[in-house]
Amino acid sequence: MSAVAEAVSDAAVITRRNLRKILRVPDVLVFTTLSPIMFVLLFAYVFGGAIGTQDTGVGYREFLIAGVFTQTVVFGSTFTGYSLAEDLQKGIIDRFRSLPMSTSSVVVGRTVSDIGINVVSLFVMSVTGLIVGWRIRTSVLEAVAAYVLILLFAFAISWIMAAVALTVRTPEVVNNASFIVIFPLTFCANTFVSTSTLPGPLETFANWNPVSSVTQAARELFGNVDPDAPVPDAWPMQHPEVYTLIWVVIILVVFVPLSIRLYQRAASR
Amino acid sequence: MAWVTVECMALAIRATGLVKKYGDVVALDGLDLEVEQGTVMGLLGPNGAGKTTAVRVLTTLLRPDSGRAEVAGVDVLARPKELRRRIGVSGQYAAVDEHLTGFENLDMVGRLYHLGAGASRARARELLAQFDLAHAAERVVKGWSGGMRRRLDLAGALVARPPVLFLDEPTTGLDPRGRVGMWDVIEDLVRGGTTLLLTTQYLEEADRLADRIAVIDQGRVIALGTADELKSQVGGERIEVVVSTEEQLEPARREAALLCIDQPSVDERDRRVTVPVAGGTRDLVELLGRLDRAGIEVLEAGLRRPTLDDVFMSLTGHHAEAEQAGEVSDDPDDSDDSDDSEGVA
Ligand SMILES: Nc1ncnc2c1ncn2[C@@H]1O[C@H](COP(=O)(O)OP(=O)(O)O)[C@@H](O)[C@H]1O
Ligand SMILES: [Mg+2]
Repeated sequence: MSAVAEAVSDAAVITRRNLRKILRVPDVLVFTTLSPIMFVLLFAYVFGGAIGTQDTGVGYREFLIAGVFTQTVVFGSTFTGYSLAEDLQKGIIDRFRSLPMSTSSVVVGRTVSDIGINVVSLFVMSVTGLIVGWRIRTSVLEAVAAYVLILLFAFAISWIMAAVALTVRTPEVVNNASFIVIFPLTFCANTFVSTSTLPGPLETFANWNPVSSVTQAARELFGNVDPDAPVPDAWPMQHPEVYTLIWVVIILVVFVPLSIRLYQRAASR
Repeated sequence: MAWVTVECMALAIRATGLVKKYGDVVALDGLDLEVEQGTVMGLLGPNGAGKTTAVRVLTTLLRPDSGRAEVAGVDVLARPKELRRRIGVSGQYAAVDEHLTGFENLDMVGRLYHLGAGASRARARELLAQFDLAHAAERVVKGWSGGMRRRLDLAGALVARPPVLFLDEPTTGLDPRGRVGMWDVIEDLVRGGTTLLLTTQYLEEADRLADRIAVIDQGRVIALGTADELKSQVGGERIEVVVSTEEQLEPARREAALLCIDQPSVDERDRRVTVPVAGGTRDLVELLGRLDRAGIEVLEAGLRRPTLDDVFMSLTGHHAEAEQAGEVSDDPDDSDDSDDSEGVA
């Protein structure tokens, strides 16, 4: 086998191993399915009443679903970091390190299997959304594009979390450290409110926040925006797909090599 | 040049001047080691002697600060990945995935050795049967006993039929029955011609399994040879007498000191005096006569060949098995102590 074929095969083996745990570790199953359902219901019924009166162009539940999708997958990236840090502490990592496997495969397998976890989460959230009144008002193709964009963004963020995990190496610290970043990132955005309701500097931050652009792109692709309502006057909001993809590429270019190097360092001690 | 030597002597492992420091702690202090192909080398030393560090360096898991090593003809530092194809490692803590079944664990290892799907599955089944784990093959490892995990870990090390095998304290944490079972397994393996480097704190274990023993203490080899060579290095035989009361220990020791070749040692708890002698049974008779005349009541007396513990005692001044209190469990959640250290560059 060539080095590339080996790397792909090794990553696939690790991916499969990680996916098996979804069904076997109750925490993971809850994390993947129940908490997304909870988020949809929580925002639809608890906050929906309070926030729903503002001018979002469409019904609030319709507005918020794309926001919940983005928020959930970004939160989900902490799971990537957590699991990776946990693996580093478990005995199995010594087996991996003693095998002639490709050194990128543990990290690649982790981030790839987390795409699988996100697919499950998105599916569960979509069904819940449909039950509470969310609708896709465009074509299948556009809806698929929306899902792909969310998954790509989540994939990129999970590489950042991988780097964090490989630096701090303690699962609990990964969790705490990442929430400090992830909470402002997902809430100072258009996920649950329209950015025009935010005060000056926060509005600018929110309009340039890639979390907002993913959400905006998904809303447009699902047809969850009022075509006549004005889009915020910021370039990222005007071109949310392109802006999101630029972020995805930049993050991957920086964090894929970085995380793989960090893993090799963590693994050669 | 180095290569030629390796071929001639058929060395499976050769390490020269390995040094590894953790801050102020010198884990390996210029360790030299040679293991001939097809033989079993026992690395014997107490807790903290540097056994695990040595194994980790030789199996590419840890980079030494200095020194060289070749294993199975491959330079450990220069071609780690190449080496990993030819060795099997079973560490001090079982390196198994507890959320996978026994079968899935071994199948995964096979695939990561690039054996291919069919061969990986077949090899996994074969090893599960060989290690008496077939009944648990489809059960998640989480519920397995320590001994079963240990066997699964050893099976994981053997998936690719490596010519050189490293076992780090394979029986630590096992109950006596598990220990004897593991010895049988290891003896079977070695009969197949595998070169084995085995670490242990148990003298009995090294004596039983190893062709040659390297006694290590504080990161260096302090004695090397077969069990018999090490014993004869200590010289003579040992008379052991057990006296009836504690008060008689001191007079007994004084009598013994008159005819022994080294200082007698006294074990107060067992009321035993151990006397190195050169004269064998003659000395035994002589000593018993003296004790009798001194009015010391002897409950038990015997002559034995020196054990490895005597070797350790005479080499280092302390017992090899003194630190057994801190015996480790093989909970797979325990990470190896070197996994998570701070301040290591
Ligand atoms: N990661 C580490 N950080 C600091 N000290 C360590 C680390 N690993 C081992 N040591 C120290 O190195 C010495 C040798 O340890 P080790 O090789 O584990 O011994 P053994 O396996 O013979 O019990 C011990 O003093 C131990 O405390
Ligand atoms: Mg050890």
